Amino acid sequence: MSTLLGYRRIAEGIDPPYDHGAYASTHKRAPRRPPIRIAHTLSEITGPHFGAELVGDGVADFTRFAGGEALGERIVVTGRVLDEDGRAVSNALVEIWQANSAGRYAHDADQHDAPLDPHFSGVGRVAAGAAGVYRFVTIKPAAYPWKNHYNAWRPQHIHFSLFGPGFATRLITQMYFPGDPLLEFDPIYSSVPDPAVRERLVCAFDLETTIPGRALGYRFDIVLRGRGATPLERDAEGGVR
Amino acid sequence: MSRPVTPSQTIGPFFHRALLHEGWSDPAARGAAGERVAIEGRVLDGDGAPVGDAMVEVWQANAAGRYDHPEDRQPEDLQARPLDPNFHGFGRIATDPNGRFRLRTIKPGPVPGVGDAQQAPHINVSIFARGLLKRLVTRIYFPGEPLNETDPLLSALPPARRATLIARAADRGGTERVLLFDIVLQGAGETVFLDV
Repeated sequence: MSTLLGYRRIAEGIDPPYDHGAYASTHKRAPRRPPIRIAHTLSEITGPHFGAELVGDGVADFTRFAGGEALGERIVVTGRVLDEDGRAVSNALVEIWQANSAGRYAHDADQHDAPLDPHFSGVGRVAAGAAGVYRFVTIKPAAYPWKNHYNAWRPQHIHFSLFGPGFATRLITQMYFPGDPLLEFDPIYSSVPDPAVRERLVCAFDLETTIPGRALGYRFDIVLRGRGATPLERDAEGGVR
Repeated sequence: MSRPVTPSQTIGPFFHRALLHEGWSDPAARGAAGERVAIEGRVLDGDGAPVGDAMVEVWQANAAGRYDHPEDRQPEDLQARPLDPNFHGFGRIATDPNGRFRLRTIKPGPVPGVGDAQQAPHINVSIFARGLLKRLVTRIYFPGEPLNETDPLLSALPPARRATLIARAADRGGTERVLLFDIVLQGAGETVFLDV
């Protein structure tokens, strides 16, 4: 097994802690004990991959649904899925979900008093191609209130779920929009310890990506863990633990 | 030049329509080789209350101990650990309002570990939920496996903690083997979670 390369550990300051005081739902769900670090084996290096049958043909356009056009501001979101060394992650499956232009999810658990849009489902899948590029057309989601604290509002965001090459590279995250005044008050966005890293969750407006007369363009690159620089041997900590 | 990894954020409560897919609750549905097993459990919070909006994902080797992945290609293993055309090894389920999940699959074979170590049969698990800003990772091991005694992870844990990773046999009769595996996020009986 010594020829296998593990994945690099995620540096301090990047991922949020499990227990984040400002986000109430963490209080009873965050483990009390630190997770046990294990050396990477085939179990962590391998991972699921998905065929084209999961992803529709042609352009991923979520602005038409059930025979009509979704209401709201049309946007294009595109970017590259890369690893830490800047190499493209080929054929990653990207799953997306979001609120509609009124700030409402098409989901039974969403009780926000904002209208549903019969022509917007807010869910989709795209595949990043061989060069790691993904792209979809959607509606800009609106902010919405939530019950975390008095007068709490989630900033506009789109949820992203990604499978990289292995179990170790699995990522679920959220993309935010530039200039959103709610970002500084959001305990989920602010849970990323390093403010400079936090900003990597904010997409960038891009005139080049914009479709003239149709949809504003935003760029959002996603970086997954890179491979370790040394052959996989016992972890620095001595393997398990 | 190294780029910082994109940080994790919570899955939130509204993922179901986007992420659940017919067939992912039974990765062996296409007739995979191996011993059929159903794994049932609950996800519980620090008060013992059910977590009704969690997503549980699994990734496992086939019955021969081979992962369906291009990097599981150790030449000396190819004959001993063949691929199963009817098994990929990925599953995904959501908990119901009572925090319950049920996965049907097959028992994986043992897979190589670090160095010469052999790992006992196990299923790799990710747990996502509102209130989890990043996934939790754990493993489901199988009861009564001789390799559990020498598994590098299990044998490094104190017995009480080790027990949280080994499913229990359900005494239920019937033809299908049913195993129970609760995931306790916090507090007494807290499941062992892994930093991978």
